[in-house]
Amino acid sequence: MSATPVLALRGVSKRFGAVQALTDVTLEIRPGEVVALVGDNGAGKSTLVKTISGVHPVDDGVIEWEGKAVRIGKPHDAQELGVATVYQDLALCDNLDVVANLYLGSELRSAGVLNEIAMEKRAKELLDTLSIRIPSVRIPVAALSGGQRQVVAIARALIGEPKVVILDEPTAALGVEQTAQVLDLVERLRERDLGVILISHNMADVQAVADRVAVLRLGRNNGVFDVADTSHEEIIAAITGASDNAVTRRKARTDQVKKEAGA
Amino acid sequence: MSEQTTEAAPETPQPAAVDPRLLVREKGFSGYLDEFARRVRGGELGSLPVIIGLLVIAVVFQLKNSSFLSADSIANIGVYTSGMGIMAVGIVFVLLLGEIDLSVGSVAGVGAAVWAVLSVTHGLNDWLAVLLAIVAGTAIGALHGFFFAKVGVPAFVVTLAGFLGWSGLQIWMMGKEGSINTPSGSLVENLTGYYFENKAAAYSLAAIAVLAYAGSLLLDSKRRRTAALPSRPMSEILLRTGVVTVIAFAVAYELNEPSGARGLPLALVLFLAVLVLADFVVRRTSYGRQIFAVGGNAEAARRAGINVNRVRISVFAISGMLAAFGGLFIASLSGGATKNLGSGNTLMNVIAAAVIGGTSLFGGRGKIWSALLGMLVIQSIQQGLNLLGMASEIQYMITGAVLLAAVVIDSVSRRTQKTAGRT
Repeated sequence: MSATPVLALRGVSKRFGAVQALTDVTLEIRPGEVVALVGDNGAGKSTLVKTISGVHPVDDGVIEWEGKAVRIGKPHDAQELGVATVYQDLALCDNLDVVANLYLGSELRSAGVLNEIAMEKRAKELLDTLSIRIPSVRIPVAALSGGQRQVVAIARALIGEPKVVILDEPTAALGVEQTAQVLDLVERLRERDLGVILISHNMADVQAVADRVAVLRLGRNNGVFDVADTSHEEIIAAITGASDNAVTRRKARTDQVKKEAGA
Repeated sequence: MSEQTTEAAPETPQPAAVDPRLLVREKGFSGYLDEFARRVRGGELGSLPVIIGLLVIAVVFQLKNSSFLSADSIANIGVYTSGMGIMAVGIVFVLLLGEIDLSVGSVAGVGAAVWAVLSVTHGLNDWLAVLLAIVAGTAIGALHGFFFAKVGVPAFVVTLAGFLGWSGLQIWMMGKEGSINTPSGSLVENLTGYYFENKAAAYSLAAIAVLAYAGSLLLDSKRRRTAALPSRPMSEILLRTGVVTVIAFAVAYELNEPSGARGLPLALVLFLAVLVLADFVVRRTSYGRQIFAVGGNAEAARRAGINVNRVRISVFAISGMLAAFGGLFIASLSGGATKNLGSGNTLMNVIAAAVIGGTSLFGGRGKIWSALLGMLVIQSIQQGLNLLGMASEIQYMITGAVLLAAVVIDSVSRRTQKTAGRT
C-alpha cells in the first residue's frame, strides 16, 4: 500500500442553508484500497460523495489529489482528475446496446464516423479482463438482469481510466448471486490498483470486500476501522452512536496515531 | 448495422464467456433465419409488419385494378411521397427523442410562402429564395426547441402553438390573393417536375445503390473479421444484396421502360438523398448516438456529458428544416404556394408515416427508413383507392385504421419485449 493517498479529504465541511451536512470530515483513499463508507440515513454519505464527484463543491476544508490540493467545483473537474462515480440509479440508456452505453459521451471515432468495431473490440476486452459475463455486447441494456446492469455501469466508469471509483450502494437491489458478482468485480478493481469508495448499508458486503470502514455519524467522522480486526458489532455501534463516548473517541484517536506511525 | 440478438436475458451466467451470437452467426444462413425467428418471437418486429402490409396492399389493389403496379402509378407514388416523406424524416428525428412536432404542416406552409414571396413577388434569385425558405424553417424549429429545452414547455404545447401561429404567418404572407403560382422553369417547379429522361440515369442510380450497399456490407464484414469480432455470414450478405438489387432494378425498370414512362424523377432522387444522409447521421455519428441516448434516458445522457439541450434544440431545428424543404416539394406539386399549403391532413399523414414505418412513439427506437416505408403505405393506399374510384372519406377511414394498427403493433411489441425481458 503506497503512503500517499490518491485522494484525501481534510477537514471538509458542507452546509446547506441551516443544515450543517458535513463537519470537519477527513477521509483518505489509497491506490488498491477499498474504503467502505457507512452510516445511517442522513449521516452525510451521499453529500460526501457529491463533494468528491463535484456535484456540491465543499465550503471548507481541503481536497488533496495525489498529495496536491485541488479544487473540485463541478462534475467535469472530478472526471478530469480521474474520479468516476457509479450512481445508485446506474444512469444507463435501456434502448442502447452495451457497447454504446460503455462509450456514451466518449465515443471512439475515425474521420468523424463512429468506430463501432474499435469500440466493440475494446468493450469486449474490458469486460473480459473484469471477467464480466453477459450474453452479448450488442444486446440492449434493457435485456440484462439487475446484476448485469450493475456490472455494465461499473465497467462504464472504467472507460475513462479513473484512479478512484465511487460506488453508491452497488448491491442494494441485487440477489445473492448478483451481489457476489459485483463484489468480485470490486475486488478486481482493487487488483487494478484503483481506489474504491464503497457506500453500503450491508455489513456483510462491507466485511467481505472492504479494507477499511469509515463511519459517518451526523455529518462527522465517527471512526475509521480496519475490517480485518474489527467486529461487526463495533461498526454497528459506531454507526448508531452507541460507542460515541469519551473512551471510544480516545481509542479511535490513539488508533489513528498508531496507524499513521505504522504507515 | 448493429445486429442484436433477442435472447431473453439469462438470469444464470453462461457456462463460458462466449458470445452466443457468434455461435448463431457461425451456423451461416440457417443461423440467420433462426435469429430472425427469435427476434420476431421476442417482439422485435422492426420493419416486418410494414413490409407485409405493403405486400398485402400491392396484391389487393393489383387484383382489383391491374393498373396499380403500372409505371405511371409507381412514378406517381415516388413523386407524391417525396414532399411529405422528407417532412416525415424530420418527424422521425423528433420521435427518436420521444417528443412530437405538431407544427410541421404550418412550417412547410411558411417555407413555401417565404420562397414564393421572395422569389416570385420580389424577384430574388431562385436558389437564394429556396435557401432562405429552408433557413426560415430551421430557425422556426430551433425556436420550438428553445422553448421546449430551455424554458421547459412540453413539446406538444410548443409545437401546437407553432401550428396555429405559423399558419397565421403563412396566411398573412400570402396576402389577399392567397396563392402565388410557381413560374414555369423555376427551381421549385423542377423539384417535382423534372425527370431524368435518359434511361441510363435510373439504371446507374440503381447500380450505384446496390454496389454501395454490398460494398459497405462486405467492408464491414471484413473489418469485423480482422478484429476477430462476429461478422455477418456471406449468405446473409448475398441475401440482403439480392433483395436490394431486385427492388432497385425493378423500380428503375418501371420508371424507364413501359410506354408513358418519363424516367427517373428528380423528386425521388432528392428524397433518397435526404434518407441516406439522415440515416448516416443517425446511425454512424456521435450526434445520432446522442439523439438515441436522450430519447432513451435523458438523465443518463446528461450525466454522460451530453449537452441534452443542444441535442433537443438541434433536433427540432432539423425537423423545421426538413418541413420547409418538404413544403417546397408540395408547392411544386400543387403548382404554387397557397395559404392552405400544409394544412388539412398533411401533418397527420406525415406523423402517421413515421409511426406506420415502425418508429416508436415512445422514443429511442426507430429508423430513418421508416419515413419511406410509412409514406409508401399511405400513398399507395390513397393511390389505389383513387384508382378504384373510392371517395376520400373512405381513404381517411382506411388510413386511420392503418395508423391505429401500426401503433397497436408498436405497443404490443413493447409489451412482448417486456415479457421477453426487454423493457
